Amino acid sequence: MSDPRPVLASAKGVTKSFDAGRITVLRDVSFEVRAGELVALWGASGSGKSTLLHLLGGLDVPDRGDLVVCDLDPRLEADRLTLRRHRLGFVFQLHNLIPDLTVEENLRIPALAVGRPAAATAARVRELAEKVGLGHRLAHRIQDLSGGERQRTAICRALMNSPQLLLADEPTGSLDETTGQTVFNLLKELAEREKIAVVLATHERRFAEACHRIVRVRDGRLDEIAG
Amino acid sequence: MQILSLVFTNLRRHRWRAMIGTAGISFGVAAMLTILAIVTGAIGMFQRILSSDSHYLVFERNVSDLFFSSVTREQVEAIRARPEVESANPVLFGIVSAPDHPVITCFGIERTDPRLAKADWRAGKPADFGAKEGEIFLGSRAAEFLKAAAGDTVEIGRGKFKVGGIFKTENGFEDGGVFLPLAVAQEFFHRGNAASVVTVKLKNQNDGGAFKGGIEGAQPGVIALENREFNSTYNSFKILNFTAWAVGICAFCLGGLGVANTMLLSVFTRIREIAVLRVCGFSRPQVAALIFGEAAAVAAVGVVVGLAIGYALLAVLQQVPQFQGYVQAVVEPLVLAGIVVTAFVTAAAGAIYPARFASRIEPAEALRYE
Repeated sequence: MSDPRPVLASAKGVTKSFDAGRITVLRDVSFEVRAGELVALWGASGSGKSTLLHLLGGLDVPDRGDLVVCDLDPRLEADRLTLRRHRLGFVFQLHNLIPDLTVEENLRIPALAVGRPAAATAARVRELAEKVGLGHRLAHRIQDLSGGERQRTAICRALMNSPQLLLADEPTGSLDETTGQTVFNLLKELAEREKIAVVLATHERRFAEACHRIVRVRDGRLDEIAG
Repeated sequence: MQILSLVFTNLRRHRWRAMIGTAGISFGVAAMLTILAIVTGAIGMFQRILSSDSHYLVFERNVSDLFFSSVTREQVEAIRARPEVESANPVLFGIVSAPDHPVITCFGIERTDPRLAKADWRAGKPADFGAKEGEIFLGSRAAEFLKAAAGDTVEIGRGKFKVGGIFKTENGFEDGGVFLPLAVAQEFFHRGNAASVVTVKLKNQNDGGAFKGGIEGAQPGVIALENREFNSTYNSFKILNFTAWAVGICAFCLGGLGVANTMLLSVFTRIREIAVLRVCGFSRPQVAALIFGEAAAVAAVGVVVGLAIGYALLAVLQQVPQFQGYVQAVVEPLVLAGIVVTAFVTAAAGAIYPARFASRIEPAEALRYE
């Protein structure tokens, strides 16, 4: 029986290369994510996981193929902006927070981009920080946080504008085993609680196996190996 | 509006860099304010000399500078004979030097000149003027730097004169200068019976047109200009003003380069951060606005600090004995507005390239290679 959940993001026949076509990273790949799904893109470093996430998030454009994300075309500047502002959240391996800003200031950035009123922003910041156990750390600078706290802050930032799809690129890659597990559990729990679909790029099998679906990325091609 | 909070946060984070940009704008503002205040102050003083209790100024046609103008005694008499004229006062300008004082302005005037009556006399009285041969009258500042008192003999140019009296006026040129009887000045400066200008007071100011037409028709060698008309057309004033603005704008250009440099450095060191802003939903115009906002904030602080420095500098200059009376910190509101606008335009111009660069940062590229 087919999955009744609506398709949130789809890639059809997508190819992406770098260095003027000399390095092909994705070769004619097709991929779908449905609402509320937790999908793992599992593969070794350099296999093309991050590139696929960047294409889905409109951070990059494919050489060929069709992309539709939340009914928008990430190849178009205006659609990309709408996606980043309202539909997508990003979490990176190196958290990409602004180190000399506080946790609160970092969390406010997505709200600034959409011009959300200050009171609503403050409430959302407080709500998310409490959920991930950072309520007491809001006034602390990023540089004073542990690796796990930084990644939890990055997850909160990604969720600030209540996205439909979270793209997480090796969010546990720079953390130790225990902290990585904690962050993964948190990500999964938040996604389920806020009903957000997640595409998780990871090279760690244990995290991939904990997802609803695993798509292996190898030499620029995708294989669905579990679901 | 909320992006403003990020602007201030960024400036706070990079406060030294922001202070360097601010310093560039501050020095530009201070330099422009000081130069323009001194120049416009000097022009104003000169205008007040010329317009002292008068409506019209008559001088030789087609001269580039009033110091070279010659209005003969006959022409002065013709002016006085006009039915519209209440009084006409010839003034001969000359510049001499004294030991240690390269510039002393001399005013050859008649006993009836109203500036004598208007002055505050510290020694002697207006009636003494021209009463005794060989006497000159010193402004209080000139008496101070020449270390002369009434009755002393002073050496001015190649002549020696007895000081007949000392007066005080608010005008720096007059207060640092010398009043001589017109005839003495004409002889001293080898000007025959000529004056430089004639200041004319009309019985009825509405008769200005008739006076101007009548005197220029009868005396084609002279031109009569209403004081306001003269102030706006006199070439020397225009050149001085132009020079002041040019020097001031050059100072600003240096400030602008400072802003451009610091903003560019600021963008280059924040490429990853700007990429993150883009990932979080900032549009290209929002990123550009952020950079322009930072430049505008730097300019705003620079203007305030620069004005404070400029006014402080002018206050100090006014206290320096050599400048006393010559520096009048007169800053017209329009000039002040011009300085402020120039500061913001300079800062904005300095931010154009950094803002353009920042807004074109591609997040994927920046995050991939940083």
